[in-house]
Amino acid sequence: MKAEGIGARVLRKEDNRFISGKGNYTDDVVLPRMGHAAFVRSPHAHAKVLGVNAEAALAMPGVDAVLTGHQLVADGIGNIICGWLVHSKDGSPMNMGAWRALEPEHVRFVGQAIAVVIADTPQQAKDAAAVVDVTYEELPAVVDSLAALATEAPQLHEEAPRNTSFDWELGEEQQVADAFANAAHITKLDLTNNRLVPNPMEPRAALADYNSAEEHYTLYTTSQNPHVARLVLSAFYNVAPEHKLRVIAPDVGGGFGSKIYIYPEEIVCLWASKKVGRPVKWNCDRTEAFLTDAHGRDHHSHAELAMDADNRITALRVETTANLGAYMSLFSSAVPTYLYATLLSGQYDIPAIYANVKAVYTNTTPVDAYRGAGRPEATYLVETIVDKAARELGLDPADFRSHNFIRSFPHQTPVIMNYDAGDYDATLSAAKQAANYADFATRKAEAAARGKLRGIGLSCYIEACGIAPSQAVGSLGAGVGLWESAEVRVNPVGTIEVLTGSHSHGQGHETTFAQLVAERFGLPTDNVTIVHGDTDKVQFGMGTYGSRSGAVGMSALAKALDKVEVKAKRIAAHLLEADEADITIEDGELKIVGTDKKLSFTDVSLAAYMAHNLPEGMEPGLKEGAFYDPQNFTFPAGTHVCEVEIDPATGKVEIVQFVAADDFGQIINPMIVEGQVHGGLVQGIGQALLENAAYDADGQLLSASYMDYTMPRADNVPSFKLETNSTLCPSNPLGMKGCGEAGAIGAPPAVMNAISDALGGVEVSMPATPEKVWRLAQAALPKQAAE
Amino acid sequence: MYETSYNRVSSVTEAATALDAADDPKILAGGQTLIPTMKQRLAAPSELVDIRQVDELHGISMQADGAIRIGATTTHAEVAANADVRAQLPGLASLAGHIGDPHVRYMGTIGGSLANNDPAADYPAAALALGATITTNKGSYSAEEFFTGMFETALQENEIVTAVTFPVAQRTAYAKFPNPASRYAMAGVFVAQTPSGPRVAVTGAGQEGVFRMPAMEAALAENWAADSLGSIQPDAQDMLADIHGSAEYRANLVNVMAKRAVAAA
Repeated sequence: MKAEGIGARVLRKEDNRFISGKGNYTDDVVLPRMGHAAFVRSPHAHAKVLGVNAEAALAMPGVDAVLTGHQLVADGIGNIICGWLVHSKDGSPMNMGAWRALEPEHVRFVGQAIAVVIADTPQQAKDAAAVVDVTYEELPAVVDSLAALATEAPQLHEEAPRNTSFDWELGEEQQVADAFANAAHITKLDLTNNRLVPNPMEPRAALADYNSAEEHYTLYTTSQNPHVARLVLSAFYNVAPEHKLRVIAPDVGGGFGSKIYIYPEEIVCLWASKKVGRPVKWNCDRTEAFLTDAHGRDHHSHAELAMDADNRITALRVETTANLGAYMSLFSSAVPTYLYATLLSGQYDIPAIYANVKAVYTNTTPVDAYRGAGRPEATYLVETIVDKAARELGLDPADFRSHNFIRSFPHQTPVIMNYDAGDYDATLSAAKQAANYADFATRKAEAAARGKLRGIGLSCYIEACGIAPSQAVGSLGAGVGLWESAEVRVNPVGTIEVLTGSHSHGQGHETTFAQLVAERFGLPTDNVTIVHGDTDKVQFGMGTYGSRSGAVGMSALAKALDKVEVKAKRIAAHLLEADEADITIEDGELKIVGTDKKLSFTDVSLAAYMAHNLPEGMEPGLKEGAFYDPQNFTFPAGTHVCEVEIDPATGKVEIVQFVAADDFGQIINPMIVEGQVHGGLVQGIGQALLENAAYDADGQLLSASYMDYTMPRADNVPSFKLETNSTLCPSNPLGMKGCGEAGAIGAPPAVMNAISDALGGVEVSMPATPEKVWRLAQAALPKQAAE
Repeated sequence: MYETSYNRVSSVTEAATALDAADDPKILAGGQTLIPTMKQRLAAPSELVDIRQVDELHGISMQADGAIRIGATTTHAEVAANADVRAQLPGLASLAGHIGDPHVRYMGTIGGSLANNDPAADYPAAALALGATITTNKGSYSAEEFFTGMFETALQENEIVTAVTFPVAQRTAYAKFPNPASRYAMAGVFVAQTPSGPRVAVTGAGQEGVFRMPAMEAALAENWAADSLGSIQPDAQDMLADIHGSAEYRANLVNVMAKRAVAAA
């Protein structure tokens, strides 16, 4: 292994600026004459807007303008789009209600923007926003997706009868019905996947700057995909043509999916900047983030699993109601369909699967992709029902899983996905061994002696990452291709700039992408700079989400490096008077194999730019670009084992052991991968034990601050034991699968199965709060004592 | 945050004068409740009178009778680390050492906590269980007189807490079950074996703020042991209920935390 190449634990190059306070975030950007935006937001979950009176606000000191939805619509600003067209099972396209960046008539969730105040300071803007007088006619609200399906429920959008956007299906219903008719055993489950708030460390922000002389806009914003933002702002929101709009996503402090989307606030800042003739900045405060960042999850499901007499799974049937919130956000249609039901086979050889998903509007914050996006929902369902089936059949949950594992690859599931590689026994065995699974009974008895209920739980997850093959997703309704781009610019002195369409907002690309270059040319990573996040600097790219930057973004980089390598070798061969095939590159030198004749990488790059002596017909320079479109999804998989102890007197759950054995394919930087896994596990544990976006019946978000929304903290989690057991991904040049979401996908069922095990097999819903667990423990204790 | 003015004073007299002169002032000490509240625009004082630098309000001293006097602007971290407090009232030191997080403990003050009387704050339980005396620039109150309801105290407008005096106790301990989100007490129980007998005070759980548990005190007077508390718990009707826990759950927590405190004392 090279010192800084693939597999090296290189310290993160970006951390120097992050931990010394020298990051450059959107709010750090200050422009002359900058005004500040504050939004007037609906305090009601559902209401008609009868009027907006801005007279008092306009008279406040420092106030420049108060802009409303009517002005926005009159100026032709487009409605917010959903980028993936899903069809109902009857063939009709999904029903979309109009979502305007500022709503003139009819608000549908608490926090929805109605007007914006632009003032000289943020305080003045907020003071004025507080006195904008909006007249409402309150309407009844509905917050639960099952309640919203009822005929008598309040209706949100005329376009969506019974609040239903689509009623979608996947799989062969009849085939599944036949399998159930012949089943030896059927396990049934009702399951809720709780709603989460993403909570990146840096709240969203936008700074828009319209230059009237050039008719050009610049937007600094907290985006995971600045090019996509520019495309959508231009093509659908009519802000400006793409060549007149520059989007810069500077340092971004976490996203978890919530910064994929182009929200009303960014659109309004751009529009307002031209209206008021000055740059406009908006900084989201934490309560606004709770109310307006796209939430995650929120499914109700009923599932049934059929087994034959040999305890083999023969079919899975799933009915899911997915809560969309009040409007359809950018990926909201894809998350509960193609990112969810396509993973319902888990790691198991299930011949028949049928899923029916209803996507339902409610008077809540819009729901979209959040770390894992559909795959945590699928994994939670599969791993809960498999556990329940094993319990009902009296089988060890690990043995039952292994008995049903897929063992030959490629494997075509009944739900679109074609798994290319994996070794599920290997990760299960590694996890069991690391967790000392065999000796659990001893630990349980020891805990019982201390008055604690100890349980162990498994989760054998699979996810589809490396999103995504463009033609495949296009055929399923995606509005974009999901390839990635890279450009490698070798400077005359041999240092290198990599321009990537991927965006780093915590993932460490500035280190890992540089390691790929180090591996290829034997150069130190210090000689490599990664450039990303600016549409004026970087060629079009699709951004970062869905654990795609390694498998797709770095594959594009590998392709570009191939081209640089070929050209550099040609130049070296020419200068050394050797055959190209005899040139190798190592330790920053191009050598003739088997001789001591060599040139430094700098010699070759200088020769490329001097162009005094290049091969006949060769263009000067050393700069190559590539686009990479994946041939398939990648399929990271693994086994998580969680062990808990419950204090029956209080219901407090302590995670006493957590093992994650993952197959991520090729790993570039194990330290960074471990960090990604740690973070994902903590978010997964957060969902299982702590986090919940709770609404009251009127649609008020009860957990709209850290006083009530329980973020996981260091003392909620143990020191994780991580194992990696890699099979290479055959479909991309690096063999990478992706690791960013695995923890959040695999952890929740492992935790919940452990709690269920500790309580004698009862079903527990997420989050397993102390009171919930206390009530179940009180019921379980006499039973366990009697056993 | 709304616009406000800031006035740092150097004596209690100066503070009182500044408070009387202002329209709608607030006393600022550690600011661990007030500043976040102002940032959320839920409080808009016209003037902040900062008493943090007033020397006479700061510090811990042992009295001739063994009581411990703690100046109002003494931080939680200082109380937790103080040798006399740790020796004489270990339950109080432990309580102070587990308030909020390190940031809160190094900034937040005992006077501020008591004057705010948050129903989920820790200090009121210690003050009530130990029969503390709260001294102000205008007089003094027993803990029973001082805490009058949720976020309510006997303090008059602009009255400044100057010190809290905790009398001696043979045994003290505090056990709390923190709210998983805020880490405030969902139920915090301070138990004390005092010269006049056992005293038990509960914070976090009650609708009216901190309260005593006479039934537990009577049981402990018979036999100071966790088991003597049996299933004694407050009436769930008087307990708080929210998304984190029902009244019934909180009543159970009071029993469990009381037993753990007694076992630890």
